[in-house]
Amino acid sequence: MKRELRYTCDVSATRTNLLPGATPLSSLDTTTANPPVRTRRLANGMTVLTQPMPWLRTAAYTLWMPGGISAEITGDHAKFDPNSRCGLASLTVEMLQRGAGNYNSREFVAAEDNLGIDSSGSASTSITGFSASMPAQSLGPSLGLLADLVRRPHLPIDQFEDAKLMMRQEMLANEDEPTQRLMRRLRERQYGVALGRSGIASELSLALLTMVDVREFYTTHYHAGGSILALAGNFDEAALDDVIDAAFADWKTGTWHGLPTPEPIDGHEHIELPSSQTHIGFAYDNIPYGHPEYFVMRAGLGILSDGMSSRLFDRVREKHGLCYSVWASAHTISASCDAAGNAIPATGAVFGYAGTTPQRAQQTLDLTLAEIKNLCDDLQEGELQRWKVRIESSLIMEQESAGSRAGSIASDQFQLGRVMPTEELEAIIESITLDQIKQYFTANSPQTIRIVTIGSEPLAGGSVWDESAATTGEKS
Amino acid sequence: MSEFRNVTLDNGLQVVADIDNRGYSAAIGYFVRAGARDETDVQSGLSHFLEHMMFKGTASRSAADVNRELDELGGQSNAYTSEEQTVYYAAVLPKYQRRMVDLLSDMMRPKLDEDDFAMERQVILEEIAKYEDQPPFGAFERVMECCYGPRGLGRRVLGTTESIETMHVDTMRDYFATKYRPGNMVLAASGNVDFDDLVAQAIKVTEKWNDLPLPAPPAADDPKQLPVGVQLNSRLNIPDATQAYRVTLSGAPSMVSPDRFAMRLLASIIGDDGGSRLFWDLIDTGRAEVATLFPQEYADTGALFSYLVCTPDEMDANIRLMNEAIEFVVRKGAEQSELDQMINRTVAGVIMGSERPSQRLFGLGNHWLCCREYLSTDELLDAYRRVDLTAIESVASRYLCSEVTEVIASADLAEPSLST
Repeated sequence: MKRELRYTCDVSATRTNLLPGATPLSSLDTTTANPPVRTRRLANGMTVLTQPMPWLRTAAYTLWMPGGISAEITGDHAKFDPNSRCGLASLTVEMLQRGAGNYNSREFVAAEDNLGIDSSGSASTSITGFSASMPAQSLGPSLGLLADLVRRPHLPIDQFEDAKLMMRQEMLANEDEPTQRLMRRLRERQYGVALGRSGIASELSLALLTMVDVREFYTTHYHAGGSILALAGNFDEAALDDVIDAAFADWKTGTWHGLPTPEPIDGHEHIELPSSQTHIGFAYDNIPYGHPEYFVMRAGLGILSDGMSSRLFDRVREKHGLCYSVWASAHTISASCDAAGNAIPATGAVFGYAGTTPQRAQQTLDLTLAEIKNLCDDLQEGELQRWKVRIESSLIMEQESAGSRAGSIASDQFQLGRVMPTEELEAIIESITLDQIKQYFTANSPQTIRIVTIGSEPLAGGSVWDESAATTGEKS
Repeated sequence: MSEFRNVTLDNGLQVVADIDNRGYSAAIGYFVRAGARDETDVQSGLSHFLEHMMFKGTASRSAADVNRELDELGGQSNAYTSEEQTVYYAAVLPKYQRRMVDLLSDMMRPKLDEDDFAMERQVILEEIAKYEDQPPFGAFERVMECCYGPRGLGRRVLGTTESIETMHVDTMRDYFATKYRPGNMVLAASGNVDFDDLVAQAIKVTEKWNDLPLPAPPAADDPKQLPVGVQLNSRLNIPDATQAYRVTLSGAPSMVSPDRFAMRLLASIIGDDGGSRLFWDLIDTGRAEVATLFPQEYADTGALFSYLVCTPDEMDANIRLMNEAIEFVVRKGAEQSELDQMINRTVAGVIMGSERPSQRLFGLGNHWLCCREYLSTDELLDAYRRVDLTAIESVASRYLCSEVTEVIASADLAEPSLST
């Protein structure tokens, strides 16, 4: 199990490709393949999804338990000072990996390595997740190890200070990553300090968190209730059922107390740093995955930002040479219920980024936002067709990886309550028209843009959404 | 099972493929022997700059056409430049093979227009600035400069701000005409590929590639002069850095050395990012954020890198721990159980990686370009499984005792560390 990175940032903050042409379809990895996904519900509330992929030599699992970073401060934990709990979800994941079942931490890693299991665990806003890929014959044993990990961890108190030191290293490392800092702060402004909370520890939490907190967090949030176990790859479903039942059928159940509601912080913010580039992050409200118009919106956003012929890449980078990285992508936080049973609706946002040297930063921001605002102008059929081919290709190529399939079906189940069949998704994608996109973006032009910059000088963020500023950007 | 096929065209272009028609996709790429180590001082950064310019249009396609067609064919396409090569690749559905080969091949004969050159220069400068802001703040580039000298393998892939700012478009055109000749290139494909069609098409579209006049070679560098923009200081002062970053470089087996498999496993035993000796000593205990050891193979030599990230006040203590862990392996060797564990993990990783044609493509193309050699997945698995403790001891004593070049990037490091 790899432990060097436990915190999962929900918003893509960096793109490492030398030419960022291959933009991942982050919010669209949600389809099924043939043979179909089978859904089975265990009595304790775990949903088991199986997707046989008999043409592969490999298999993969994804286990998601509702809770995650937001659970640090919701439900019974609401009485705590939120700042004193930073990093608790990740710290719990870290402590879990320090021995479980019949293994100490070294024996556990050796057992996984010897079976060729490449596993990882992390906490994000609404879930704690564990996933792994492996040669197909290791899937059965890997589920036994997974059950050890989440059900029978030792949580050794003599390793607690070491685990906190690891969290501290991660906290310090994040200070040196300007794009990570930027996107973390932007999330807080877009979703509010509760829902937009990051998984990184703070000096205060590292001083205050105890093993009692970790045990209590583990006991409350690690259970089968509402959990999703997705399996994809080359396996025999009937034999696998027995393994899953043996591993998880008698796991305790529990309830999830839902997510905080968004409390956006409007306005702009600049963080002073004598960096070589000015790092610009922007965000605005958007419809979530599951919304009837989601894919129409997604097609428009694809025209804006997916691929090397997308408008941001072509017009901001290629035509003006203003930056190396510029992108915008959709993000969804799923619906939930609070302790009293009140529904908390799903929420969505668009997050975007551009990095450029200070003297060109204002023009880059103005031009980028102008492209977003003017998306409906001169929409071309070819733009939509290119996006459709990209989706088609990515759906087919997903069949080459058990790991991405397992992740996709878990994500679908968590956000939609079901896995959308391929045929249904393909039909939706195929039916999208330019008129729909135009209508959607005419009616849903972003009203409030939240901007965070990191660099040597602040930008005139307040004026960027005004007509004259946007026009200036286009002409220059 | 996959099938290997290769052909050398009359013009010298090598066409190679690792064919598995059960796959859902085909990966196709041009591998060009043009990397930072092939450049002179005035050409510094050109291989990479040229890589960007290859997307800027051809005699029959505008830049917008190139980008649009790449997107129209779906899949994933990209390019990268290293010390030894430049690679252009795409993974597409098999039905698009012909169109993608046509497009990639046309891109290999770019316009290299002066206005595009001036515009793209700005993007390159932004890319340099972007990496200046990211950990480890140029420490890997600096350690290579310090170890190999500022030329050859030590040449920076992106060039320097100064070399890019002063670059002339004719220098690029000459460099292109010298390097992008069929005999200097490999067309590689993997996955669900129609090989006969690939070869027939390649013959046609590359027919005139040797017609390009060969320019005179560039003036030789003056070895007494440091290239402009290059510094060889082994301490990088990053005023706002919270953590300290240390990179070391020493010798390792080359891409053709039979020792390379044992070296990869030895480096994993000592410094893989999970379950290695350095992991348990430095990461699991929270002493460091990163403590890894990994080899990099080049055509004629190899490099063993170590990378350590921690708070500045812990740096010296951690260097000592790291050195002790390495010295311990030199003295006592490794355990059979450790070696078995690393072989099992590595073999599983190879099997998992082999399922994506795009991943197979890089191993195939790189290796063929450098060594004219093909290694099937099964041969690779066997090579790892054959490594025993004797082989591990042999590479440990040969490579772990050699002198290391060290670079540290951090805020205000007053004194050199204790490691050298």
